[in-house]
Amino acid sequence: MFQFINTLLIGITAGSIYSLMAIAIVLVWRSTRVINFAQGGLALASSFVGASILAQQISFWIALPIAMIAGALFSALTEYFLLRPLLKRSGDKGEEIFLPIIATLGLLGIIKTILNFTYGDRIGSIPPPISDKGFVVGGQVIALSPMRILILGIVLFLMVLLTFLFQRTNLGLALRASSYSPEISRLAGVRVDVIRTAGWAISGAAGAAAGILQTTNGSGAISPESFEFSLLLVFGFVAAVIGGIESLIGAVLGGLTLGVILAFILMYIGGSLVFFSAFLILIVILIVRPHGIIGVKGGRRA
Amino acid sequence: MALTVSELTIHHGAICAINNVSFTVPQGQLTAVIGANGAGKTTLLRALSGLNKSTHGHATWNAHNLLHSKPESIVRHGVSHVSEGKAVIPELTVNENLELGAIWRKNKRETRETKDQITSIFPRLGERLNQRTDTLSGGERQMLAIGRALMSKPQLLLLDEPSLGLAPLVVEQIFQTIRDLTTTMGLTVVLVEQNAMGALKIADNGIVLNLGKVAVTGTAQSLIADPQVRAAYLGY
Amino acid sequence: MHKVKTLRFKTGIGFFLIGLCVFFLSNVVDEWRAFQGATVAVYVVAIASIILLTGYSGQISLGHGALLGIGAYAAALAQIYAHLPIWLCFVTAVLVTAIFGALLGVAAARLSGPYLAGTTLALAVGLPSIASQFSILGGEQGISFNVGWPPLSLGADFTQYKWFFWIATIAALIMMWFLQNILSSRYGRMWRAVKSNSVAAELAGIGIGSSKVLAFTISSGVAGLAGALLAMTTNNVSPSVFPLALSFSLATGAVLSGVNTLGGVMIGSLALVAIPEIASSASNLWSESENTAMILPELIVSALLILTVFLAPKGPIEKLRARHRH
Ligand SMILES: Nc1ncnc2c1ncn2[C@@H]1O[C@H](COP(=O)(O)OP(=O)(O)OP(=O)(O)O)[C@@H](O)[C@H]1O
Ligand SMILES: [Mg+2]
Repeated sequence: MFQFINTLLIGITAGSIYSLMAIAIVLVWRSTRVINFAQGGLALASSFVGASILAQQISFWIALPIAMIAGALFSALTEYFLLRPLLKRSGDKGEEIFLPIIATLGLLGIIKTILNFTYGDRIGSIPPPISDKGFVVGGQVIALSPMRILILGIVLFLMVLLTFLFQRTNLGLALRASSYSPEISRLAGVRVDVIRTAGWAISGAAGAAAGILQTTNGSGAISPESFEFSLLLVFGFVAAVIGGIESLIGAVLGGLTLGVILAFILMYIGGSLVFFSAFLILIVILIVRPHGIIGVKGGRRA
Repeated sequence: MALTVSELTIHHGAICAINNVSFTVPQGQLTAVIGANGAGKTTLLRALSGLNKSTHGHATWNAHNLLHSKPESIVRHGVSHVSEGKAVIPELTVNENLELGAIWRKNKRETRETKDQITSIFPRLGERLNQRTDTLSGGERQMLAIGRALMSKPQLLLLDEPSLGLAPLVVEQIFQTIRDLTTTMGLTVVLVEQNAMGALKIADNGIVLNLGKVAVTGTAQSLIADPQVRAAYLGY
Repeated sequence: MHKVKTLRFKTGIGFFLIGLCVFFLSNVVDEWRAFQGATVAVYVVAIASIILLTGYSGQISLGHGALLGIGAYAAALAQIYAHLPIWLCFVTAVLVTAIFGALLGVAAARLSGPYLAGTTLALAVGLPSIASQFSILGGEQGISFNVGWPPLSLGADFTQYKWFFWIATIAALIMMWFLQNILSSRYGRMWRAVKSNSVAAELAGIGIGSSKVLAFTISSGVAGLAGALLAMTTNNVSPSVFPLALSFSLATGAVLSGVNTLGGVMIGSLALVAIPEIASSASNLWSESENTAMILPELIVSALLILTVFLAPKGPIEKLRARHRH
């Protein structure tokens, strides 16, 4: 029982971070109907921005928002300079899906070389800002630590912020409308191009937050060749697919579900199967429920 | 203050959908554009609202050049387009669809007034503001599409087949509303229709398009009386 | 029919000539070049398998490195536990990977582009770590795969790398010949029909799903062979031989070759081998820093990828052809 609850806590914390990454993927998907395979790389670059601010002895509470702003900027630049010109050229149908994928892969390589060039084999460090020692309950150390509570708190705060943005503001309305029907949105006066860039920017910020939190929750260190961030991308993608890839709530639930399942696999079956299970879960969902487990009914698919 | 189109030519690849078309729509009047399937009616309207690129020609509204602007800036110059086939966003609520139409307008108080005005024209929308749009009937969706266009407070309204797929009674109701809008709000309206008789009955003027060219123009009455138009488009 | 036969005859002669060239080449180059030659041949097989999948059947894979891994492990296990002769190990690699590919293909056939890309990426990320779970796979150290010394009949000074070069080249020639034939067969026409217009193909009675599964199966089988060949050159099969970066490299090679035609496959394969070498000699000229030598290849490759996407989205060969036509 004790172990069960501990595993659950670990899973929920990790899952909340996957949720953020899933949101990042969903936002890009809804803006431009592509998956950004450089999303992990962008998150890594933003995390390095955060790490270099922390290295100046500046507070985590300043580093996090600055990293998120950097993430937003990187992502917006990607949309503006890479995806927009690419999607503007009308190619034949087979190319349309292939080229953005390749372009984002190319970008991933460029991000990595830039990071390698600036940081070399130095690693960036993002230590937990508060204690990550588990609380002691009845003489036993549980998985819940101040740091885990903080992570959950930050994720929750960002979710509330995003919900407010999407449901209560004009920008949110424009983002949703342009994703469902760019043409009607343009006729209604929405500058869809700008809104797409905005969608990418928000996605970049969410990805940056995911990157920073993932690092504090894990090893506390990042390197330009980090495998962790490829994993984060894959987990975020799986979470997004579980949630039906269109819906933000779906992304959150998908992330939590995945986090908990993987935590239990790690605890009860074996650590080396965790990564492969993510793939298996993805396959099963795509075959059994291609609209996602939590996919909102009536949501559109590409 | 009028819509002036001159020598407009539009190609879709090799197909010439609009071929050297010229006409004028006087301010405050309702002009019906009729023609067979594929005559180029939709293509014409989409060019006027910036969705289609033209090959050649001019089109101006209030001295504003329509052909080299983007849809999102044309709507800011008082031109609203209700595109073909119930132009609403089903995933949004009725209220959000309406709000979308006014999203670029700065003055929130005026926007609210416009919305009140629209819900009094279409009371059924007012009753369903918080419902998701995919729960609406076809007729209600068409009303919402028109309502969304009106939220931009246009002076020129471009309507593409508002009667499409609606029951005769609903069609009559919508046509009547369009007529009333023209008169009471002083709107200028271009109404593209397959239902030629219904459209000409409420219109001031008519334009018959055939294979991308203007075949006949004139007052609505004169078109209804024209034996050729009657034979080809009115079916008697 | 007659025309097809002469065509096949001609390509047969072509392959024979290529083989002859490689034979003479292998006699004049040094050890290191022979090793690089073997690597090029391995990439030819691997990239051809991606081109078949993407260019002809319209499916995307970012995880072919994982399929190579499966083939390599299959070959090594066949050698260690079943003591199969070496050529049967290669056949095992093809069969096992093809079976795995068929299973994966059933799922893949239902997925559209970005989903399939994500799924295969998840495979590439997830598969290598399995090696640590089962002791038979040898964990991080991996297991050995040894094709043995060249037969004595080839002469005493016939080196190991030259032997690799020969095996890989022969395998590559056989595979290219096989793929050429498949593509000009009924199946090839079927794939092209599905790719260019799936609705029309369905109306014409082509099973879209099964045509895609077939493409995935064949592509996987070919990738499995490439994996076994790669393991041959490293003498060893371990997760580090098949990292995520390999999958990305292969996708890159396919794009540089031009995904729509098998004909360009040499371009991408040569690029993957030559770029690191050119980059390292270039960086030696400019700067002393080791760092530059390390990152320059990736920078060049990534820049080439993006340039290709913008300037020659159909690949260098079709770009040249288009220019000739004008
Ligand atoms: N996007 C497009 N690409 C190619 N051809 C097009 C495109 N849109 C329209 N066309 C062609 O242009 C011509 C005019 O089409 P348009 O839609 O304007 O006709 P319409 O008068 O609105 O017909 P309907 O009454 O059926 O709506 C048709 O021949 C049509 O096939
Ligand atoms: Mg039409």
